[in-house]
This record gives sequence, C-alpha cells and structure tokens, in this order.
Amino acid sequence: MSGTGIGARVQRKEDFRFITGKGQYTDDVNCYGQAHAVFLRSPHAHADIVSIKLDAARDMAGVVDIFTGDDLAADKIGGLICGWMIHSKDGSPMKAGAHPALAQGKVRYVGDHVAVVIAETQAQARDAMEKIEVDYKVLSPVVSMADAVRAGAPVLHDVAPHNIVYNWSLGDEAAADAAFATAAHVTKLDIINNRLVPNAMEPRAAVGDYNSGSGGFTLYTTSQNPHVARLVLSAFIGIAPEHKLRVIAPDVGGGFGSKIFIYAEETVCVWAAKKVGRPVKWVADRTEAFLSDAHGRDHVTHAEMALDASGKILGLRVKTRANLGAYLSTFSSCVPTYLYAPLLSGQYDIPAIYAEVDGIYTNTAPVDAYRGAGRPEATFVIERMVEVAAREMKQDPAEFRRRNFVRNFPHQTPVIMCYDAGDYDASMTKALEMADYKNIGARKAASAKKGLLRGVGFSAYIEACGIAPSAAVGSLGAGVGLWESAEVRVNPVGTVEILTGSHSHGQGHETTFAQLVSERLGISIDNVAIIHGDTDKVQMGMGTYGSRSGAVGMSALSKALDKIETKAKKVAGFVLEASPDDIEFKDGKFSVRGTDKEIDFASVALQAYIAHKFNGQELEPGLKESAFWDPTNFTFPAGVHICEVEIDPATGVTRIDRWTAVDDFGNVINPMIVEGQVHGGIAQGVGQALLEGAVYDANGQLVTASYMDYAMPRADDLPSYDVGMTQTACPSNPLGIKGCGEAGAIAAPPAVMNAITDALGHEEIAMPATPLAVWRAAQRLAPRAAAE
Amino acid sequence: MYPFTYHRPGSLADAVKLAGSDEAKIMAGGMTLLPTMKQRLAAPSDIVDLNGLDLAGIKVEGGKVTIGAMTRHADVAGNADLHKAIPALAELAGMIGDPMVRHRGTIGGSVSNNDPAADYPSACLALGATIVTSKREMAAEDFFTGLFETALEPGEIVTKFVFPVPEKANYQKFRNPASRYAIVGVFVAKFAAGVRVAVTGAGSSGVFRQFDFEEALSKIFSTQAIEGIKQSADGLNSDIHADAAYRAHLIGVMARRAVEAAR
Amino acid sequence: MASVTLTVNGKTITRDIDPRTLLVEFLREHMRLTGTHVGCDTTQCGCCTVHVDGKALKSCTLLAVAVDGSTIMTIEGLAKGEDLHPMQAAFREYHGLQCGFCTPGMIMSAVDMVRRKGTDLDDKTIREELEGNICRCTGYHNIVKAIHYGAEAMGKAGTAAE
Ligand SMILES: Cc1cc2nc3c(=O)[nH]c(=O)nc-3n(C[C@H](O)[C@H](O)[C@H](O)COP(=O)(O)OP(=O)(O)OC[C@H]3O[C@@H](n4cnc5c(N)ncnc54)[C@H](O)[C@@H]3O)c2cc1C
Ligand code: FES
Ligand code: FES
Repeated sequence: MSGTGIGARVQRKEDFRFITGKGQYTDDVNCYGQAHAVFLRSPHAHADIVSIKLDAARDMAGVVDIFTGDDLAADKIGGLICGWMIHSKDGSPMKAGAHPALAQGKVRYVGDHVAVVIAETQAQARDAMEKIEVDYKVLSPVVSMADAVRAGAPVLHDVAPHNIVYNWSLGDEAAADAAFATAAHVTKLDIINNRLVPNAMEPRAAVGDYNSGSGGFTLYTTSQNPHVARLVLSAFIGIAPEHKLRVIAPDVGGGFGSKIFIYAEETVCVWAAKKVGRPVKWVADRTEAFLSDAHGRDHVTHAEMALDASGKILGLRVKTRANLGAYLSTFSSCVPTYLYAPLLSGQYDIPAIYAEVDGIYTNTAPVDAYRGAGRPEATFVIERMVEVAAREMKQDPAEFRRRNFVRNFPHQTPVIMCYDAGDYDASMTKALEMADYKNIGARKAASAKKGLLRGVGFSAYIEACGIAPSAAVGSLGAGVGLWESAEVRVNPVGTVEILTGSHSHGQGHETTFAQLVSERLGISIDNVAIIHGDTDKVQMGMGTYGSRSGAVGMSALSKALDKIETKAKKVAGFVLEASPDDIEFKDGKFSVRGTDKEIDFASVALQAYIAHKFNGQELEPGLKESAFWDPTNFTFPAGVHICEVEIDPATGVTRIDRWTAVDDFGNVINPMIVEGQVHGGIAQGVGQALLEGAVYDANGQLVTASYMDYAMPRADDLPSYDVGMTQTACPSNPLGIKGCGEAGAIAAPPAVMNAITDALGHEEIAMPATPLAVWRAAQRLAPRAAAE
Repeated sequence: MYPFTYHRPGSLADAVKLAGSDEAKIMAGGMTLLPTMKQRLAAPSDIVDLNGLDLAGIKVEGGKVTIGAMTRHADVAGNADLHKAIPALAELAGMIGDPMVRHRGTIGGSVSNNDPAADYPSACLALGATIVTSKREMAAEDFFTGLFETALEPGEIVTKFVFPVPEKANYQKFRNPASRYAIVGVFVAKFAAGVRVAVTGAGSSGVFRQFDFEEALSKIFSTQAIEGIKQSADGLNSDIHADAAYRAHLIGVMARRAVEAAR
Repeated sequence: MASVTLTVNGKTITRDIDPRTLLVEFLREHMRLTGTHVGCDTTQCGCCTVHVDGKALKSCTLLAVAVDGSTIMTIEGLAKGEDLHPMQAAFREYHGLQCGFCTPGMIMSAVDMVRRKGTDLDDKTIREELEGNICRCTGYHNIVKAIHYGAEAMGKAGTAAE
C-alpha cells in the first residue's frame, strides 16, 4: 500500500475549501442580472383550483413575471415523471397520475406548487405572492393509507380510482403457504416504518440561465445526478435537447436520496429563465424543504414467519402498504417493490418467501428513496421478525440468527437476489466480542439496581447496493441503465484529470477516486483532479445513490485506467525501443523486463503528446481513455450491529449506552471515510428509531414542518460508535468493493427497536420510540420490571 | 420580513415613547421576535431595539438578587455571585436554548414573551419575583396573565427583576426532543415562610403554581411528601410530543427530582 | 435605509442597507462571504454561526443594523492565509465533515466553545455544547473527536485566548 493508495487513511482533498468557507454550493452561485423565484404553495391537502387572480400581485413592486400551470402547458412543458415501471400482480401497468410542475386545476398536498412569482428580490417576490388570490374548492383529503383505500374515499387521480398505484407481488405464494402448513411455530408481527423527512442540511436550490445567442440553457442545481436531471428535463419534460442544456451540480450539501429526483422548482427555474430573459434563482427555506422534498419510508406491514421446532426458518409472508404520497416521484415506484422485497431474505437461508406490496396515493408529499431506500424497510421487517421469533422460541437472538445464516455462496434466495460472497458468522462473532455480549446480564442487573431498564438489540442486515446491472434493472422496469462512466485525461506533464459520472455530496470522491489513481499510476494524489457534476465536462453518468460510487463508479475508473496503462505501455515501448509486451509498469515506472531501461509516468505522458518517437499512424498521440462499467451483479454488504439501551421508565427517556458495528464492505479504499459513512448512517437510523417522524394531521397539514417539531438527532442524542470490519471481497467488480453509504441507516433502526423491546419485555411499540411512546409502553411493563 | 423602521433609543424615556405606538415592537435579544418576523407572522411598523440602553447586570444584595432586563442568558448562567445565591436560577439560564441563543437572548425578552414552554417564567413564579417596569412594579403572579399574555401595556418596558433568595431551590427541565424547550419544567423554591412550586411547559394557559405540592412540601420538604399527590391532567397541553397524562406524570417526576436536588 | 459599519475579518466597511437585512444576508450578499450558510428558518441549525465581538451568534437571527459598529469574524477569517486555525486542521484530520455545509458553523461554534470551556473538553461537554449545531452527515462522532483534539491543539498553540 502506498501512502495515498488504496486502503490508506488519507485526509480529504476537498476539505480545505469546506473548512475555510470556500465551498461553492448552489446558493453561492449568482448569475449577473438574476431575478428571484418564490413558489406559491397549496395551503390545502386536496382542492380544486377554481381560479387564480394575478392582477394585484403583478402590480407589486419589483415583479418580473408570474406563471401558473397554464403557462407551462402552453409551452408544452411536460410533467414530472416516474422512471420505473411497476406492474401489478395481474400484469397491468402502475397507475401513474399526471404530475405537472405547476398545478393544473387541482392541488394534492400541502406544499403543492400553484404558481411561481419572479421578482427583483426574494422579499419582493414574497410580497407579491401574498397578493395572489386563489379560489380553492376544498375537497376532503385522504391522509392515511387506511383512509385512502376505504370504499368511497376521495380519489386523487382519476387513473387510480381506488388510490392504488399497484398491487405488486414477489415470490412463490404456494411455496410459502406450504411452508406455513408444516410450521411448528409461527411468529406474527405488525410493523410500522415511520415517514421521514430527509433534511440534508443544504436546502434544495436552483439557478436557471438562458443564453439567447447560443440557445443554450444552464441549470445549477442541488443534484446527486446532474446527467439524469438533464436527461429527464430534455427527453421527458422538454426544456431543451440535451446538447442545449447544461446541468451543473456544484458542491452539494448532503442528499441522502432527496436530491436524486427531478423536482418542479428546478424545472420551472430553467424554463422561466428563457421566458423572462434573465437568470432565475430559487432557494428553498427549511419549511419548504419539509413540505416539498420527497419524504422517505412510510410502510405499514404485516409479516408472518414459519419456523420448525428447532428454530429453523421455513418461510416468510409479508404484506405491505407503501405510502407513495400525492404523486409518483422520480424513482418512487421501485423503492417499496424491487428495492424492498428482494431483501426480505436478510442474511438467512429461507426456502420460501412471498411478499405483496400495495402502493397507495395519499394527500401527502411524494415519498421516494431516502438513504437505504427499501432496504431499511426490508431489514426492519426481517430483523424485527427474527428477534421476536427467537424470543418466542426462547433462544438466544445471536444463536438463533447463526442457526439460520446463509453459509454457502453463491446463494440464490427465493426473491431474485443471488448473494455472491459473505461471512456472516465472522461478523457476528466479532460483534459479540466487541459488544462484550457475554456480560450483558451483569450490566442489566446493574441498571435494574438504579431503577433503569437495559436492553440489547441485534441487527444482522444485508443490503443490495452498487445499484446496477443495467440488464437486470431493465428487466425489473427501470427506465434507465445503471452503469457508470469514467474518463482519464493525462496531461503532458503527467498530472491527471478524472471525469466521473458519480457525484459527491459529502462522500469524498475527490479523495477516494484520487487514491485509486495514485495507487494505479504511482503518482501523488496532489497531481490528480476529480471533475464531476457538470454535464458539459463529463459526457454521461448516472450519479450517486444506492452506495454505487465505489462499486460502479470506481470500477469504471479502474477500467479506464487499464486502458491508460495499455496505451502508456505502447508509448513507453517506442521510447525504450522495446515491445509493449516486454514493458512492465510498477510504482509509476515503465521498464523493459530484464533490463535497467526505465522511464517514469510523467515522461511517458509527455512523450505521448510530443509524439516524436512514434508516428501517428502506428499509435495515436495523446493519453486519454474512457470506460463505461456495467457490473454483473448487485453487491451485498452485510454486517451485525448491536445496540444497548438504558431506559428510564419514570420518564420514558432512552439512552443509547453502546453501539457496536461490524460491517463487511469488501475492499475498502479509505477506512476513515468508510467509518464516517457508517457513523452518519447509524445517526440517521437512530434518528428514525428514537426521534424522527413526519406527522400529518387529519386535514393533511404537516404538523412537523420545522425543527421545532421534527426532532433531528443532535450530538447529545447519540453515542460514540464502536466500528469494526470484516472482509470478503466482492467478486462482481474489479476492485472487490461492496459499498458502505447506506449500511448504518439500514442496520440501525431494528437494532434500536430490538434493544428497546428487550428492555420492555414486549413488542408493543413503534418508531419513533420517543419518551412519550416509551413511557406509555413502559406502563404495561411496570409489574414485570418490578418483579425482576 | 415586512419592512419596518429601526430605532435604537439611548434612554428609557425615548424607548418608552417610541414603543408606545400600536404597531411598534420592542426588541431585546430578538431570539423570539426575529424568527417570528422572518416567517412573516409579525409585521411591526417600528422596531425599538433596547440594546442601546443600560439595562444589563446582576446584583446580589441583602437577601435579594436583582437582574437587569437586558441581561443575556449566558451572563445569568455564568454569574459567580448568582451561583452562590440562587444556583437554581443560574442553572436554569444555562438550560435555555443553545450557547448562541444564550449569548443574545435576554431574561426580559423571555419573561415578557411568556411562552408557555419557556423556562424563566417558572423561576419568577416560584421565587416570587418582583418585576419592575418603566412605570410600575408587579408581583410575578400578576404579571403572567395567560398564554403569551402579560400585564404589560403598550410601550411598557420591563427594566429589571428582583428575586428573593430562597433557602434552597432547584429547576428540573424535561426537554421537547425537537425544540428543546420545556415539555415540563418544575421550579421548586424553599423559603422560611414555605415552599413555592411553579410549573412551565405543561399548562394550557401558561406557567402555574402547584399548590398541592407546595402545601405538602411546606410541611415536610422531601420527595415522599409529594409521592402520593396526583397531578391532574385537566388543563394540561397535549401535542405530538406529550399528551396531558404524560405531562401530568412528568410534573410529579420533575418535582420530586427538584426536591431531591435542591440546594 | 440605514447606514451600518462593520469590521468583518479585519476589514471595516460601511454600507447603506434596508434595516430588514439580516447579518447573514449582509455577509453573503453584500460582502460575498458565502462560507456562512443558512440551513433553517427557526434559528436551530447553527449553519450560520459567526463571532460577533468575540462571541458566537446565529447570524440568521440578527439584524445587521443591530450590530452596527461590531467586529465580526466569519469562517473565512479564521485561517491565516494557508495556515489553518488548529480547529480547522482538526476537522480535516479527524474527518469531522462530509458535505461541508454545517462545517463553517460547527467550527465557529467549536472555537467559541473553547473560549468558554477551555482546551480540555470531554465528550459529554462537547456534545451538550453542540446543542445549537445540527449535522446530518457525520453522526457527530468525528466532530466530537475533532473538537476534542482541536481544543487541545488550540491550547498548545496558545490560540484559545484569542
Ligand atoms: C433555538 C432557540 C431555542 C430556544 N430555547 C429556549 C428554551 O429552551 N427555553 C426558553 O425559555 N427559551 C428558549 N428560547 C427563547 C429564548 O430564550 C429567547 O431569548 C427569549 O424567549 C426571548 O428573549 P429575547 O431577549 O431574545 O427577546 P425578543 O425576541 O427580542 O423579544 C421577545 C418579546 O418580548 C418583548 N420584549 C423583549 N424585551 C422586553 C422588555 N424588556 N420589556 C417588554 N417587552 C419586551 C418583545 O417585544 C417581543 O415581543 C429559544 C430560542 C431559540 C431561537
Ligand atoms: S440558519 Fe441560522 S440557525 Fe439555522
Ligand atoms: S457535514 Fe454535511 S451536514 Fe454536517
């Protein structure tokens, strides 16, 4: 390992600008002559728009223009799309209602976009917005999924008469039923996966610009995948053809999924820039983020597990209702289906699994992928089920899991996935030791002495990430391929520019990608620049989500580096007057095998461009290569997290006392960055379990629309984490990387809830386990706790 | 924010004059006022900034603590004399918001605002503070008149607070997990003449005294004295973070913890 | 319009501004100091933290006119050229940041924490004192570590009293 190569704890190259306040986020971008956009949002969850009167607003100082859905329609601007087709059990396609960027005749959730006001300043735009008169005919809303599917419920979209987007299923129902018929024990559980608001600290923002000379549009936006944004804005929404639309995602302040999607605001800003002939800037405030960023999770599930007398799992049946909100967001349809049910096998060898998922429309904000996307929901189901089953069968939860672990790889589950590599026992063993599990009894007793309840909870999660193979996702309904691209440009002085279609919004690509280059080319990471997030520079890419940048993005880079090496060897061959086959490349030096003739990488780069030593017919001058990488399988990171809590039954306060994480991410480029990803993921998972929950009232008003009511995890809510690793290399990509971005968020919620229910002695508590919820749950517990 | 005219008077008399108009608003730390204005929930025509006045300071003297209205939470929390005289009051100030809020927010602003979840009102009530304004003196009981309501008249400015020093006291706060304001805060103060207990965060009409606890604790100052006394849930707030029953329960728990910790 | 004079990172400037102008707007829009961020509208996230006359304040909840005459330090003023402040260096060394959006506020709060609490900070104190700063990326673990070592380094470098 070189000092800055693969596996080194290299400090991040991007940090200097962030710690000195020189990051360039979208809100830091100002175009000359820009005007400011503010969106008028629906105050009602469900209403017909009878009329919109703009005259008074137009008369306000500073107003440049005001647009409504009619203006978009007149310009033939298409609606927002959902890019993943899901078919119901009966074979019918999902029922996707139209999703105009500005409402046309109807609003469907509080925060839905009604009009945009563009003015000289944001304050003036806001002043004018208050003068718009909208006559709404308020309709009764459906807020909960139960309300939505009730007979005679109000209907959101005519295409979906019962508010059902799809009834989807996966697995062999008959096989599952057969397993239950022979079961010695059946564990049943009702499970709620609470709705979350992603809350990247940087609110969404967009600056649209139009150059009437070239006819080109530029959009600066807070995006995790600028190329996908360009594709959708071009091909589907019809802003401009791709070669006339440049999308730039500069520094992005966190995404967690919420900045994958193509939203109304950026669509309107870039379109309006041409309409008003000026750059148009919009920056969300936090309230808007709560109302209109795509939310996450929101499942209601009933699950049943069949077991034989020894505690071996025979089958699993799962019935889930997934809230998709008022419209189908960009990738919403696949989250509770193909990103969810295929993970229900967990780390276990389960012969039969059958899952049904109903996607439901409600008058709430659209729901889409949020860190983990489907996999946390699946993990929560399987890990709660396993824990409860172990308890019911009076078995130790760790031993129970071991009994059912998959041990032989590859392992084909009954729900699509083929696990390629792993060693679940190894992670469990290491985690038990790190967590000092053998002394948990003594710690419980010590807590009890203080009048406190201590509990321990496991989560042996698996996820499918490195979201890819294009052919596989295509066969499941994806509208895009999920490969990644990379381009390596070697400059004549031997410095290197890497162009990647992956996008960094906190993950540290400028460092990890440079580490790979440093390792491969034997040059300092200081001589490597990573360029991403600009569709005019990077030809095409699929962006960052699903923990795919390492496994897919860096694999593309690796492939391009292979090509660079091959070409450079040819150049070196000419210079050293040897056959390329005799050239060896090691530690940044090309040498002729068996001789002391050598030349360094920088010199080869120079020779490649000078091209004096070879003629341009035999070998093209220059040193630049690109590659697309499409993997052969998903990757399967897995691990064991153990959470230990102490509950004060008098107040319901839960304190996390210990957190142990042992993860197998395959090969690791930079352990420091990987650990950081684990920490952040755990914090979001703990947030879901203990603190966070989006709550709508009966009228569809979002009660938790600010940090005053939506509890964000703060430093004193969280413990320090004890993070360890095990390693089995991933066979489906050249680097053996599995991906680490979502693991913590996937693993954490069941670990916390298993610990709390262990402490309480019963299962009757849902997330978020706030002090109120825990105190209530502890009421029924009082006798047992006292008896102990 | 809506437009306003900004004033920074140099004398109390000027401030009172400027604040007298109907649409004017006094600004102390602005920690409550400005967020409200930013969200366009308030539209004052004039802002009268008290930061130009000399209203800050803490004095401990003759069994009394006097705190100027413009004294920041951080200065109350960090005052050594106050830590000796009424440690509970200094500790309470240290529990308000976060360090940045405490650097700016003032005791006068907090008490004048009378947020039902604010901390200071409980101290005023339990300690039997006298609230001194630009025109009169009031007992805390008379000052707090309801949810976000006080006896202050338009243009009347709170200038200082006078707290009698108790034998012992303590404040226990149960935080809202999101806002970190009090879901329930209980201030217990023991004087030679008896015990006073004030509860914030819980009451649907703001801070209130818990007379049953006071009576029992005045007889015997111990947790057992109030163990059996049930706080009714009637008239307590219910929201997504805490329903009335939970708040009622927490009042008991926090009161007992305050008694135990009182010094 | 109101005239305001501020000394920001050592530079004194006078501007005529709308009295509504928040300090953060003044810094970002009038001075192009975009390192100070806005992450919320309820004064809770701390992304906007700056030092006013030596104390940490939330610049999103402060009228620029109300701090007329003050000395302001923003994240841009902390390093001396290429020489990072020890707290900045610690955030990089201990990986106390990911997306970087909360980072300027975190660092300004951390430096203020050292001023108030000294250079020997335990985890519990650090976590409590971070009440006013929200980070969505890091899970705080490495921020706590960075502040611990950053404080220590400030002690050694003698920057704590500055
Ligand atoms: C993030 C955050 C967290 C907070 N957490 C807590 C908490 O946990 N507990 C808590 O108690 N508070 C909390 N607060 C509120 C904080 O304590 C405020 O400082 C306080 O409520 C208002 O004080 P201020 O000096 O900022 O007043 P301002 O906001 O300036 O004024 C508040 C109101 O009082 C009036 N007013 C101000 N001073 C006077 C005066 N001298 N005479 C007459 N009227 C006056 C104003 O006109 C205004 O109506 C929090 C605030 C924030 C932003
Ligand atoms: S922007 Fe100032 S606290 Fe959030
Ligand atoms: S580093 Fe992204 S919010 Fe803190």
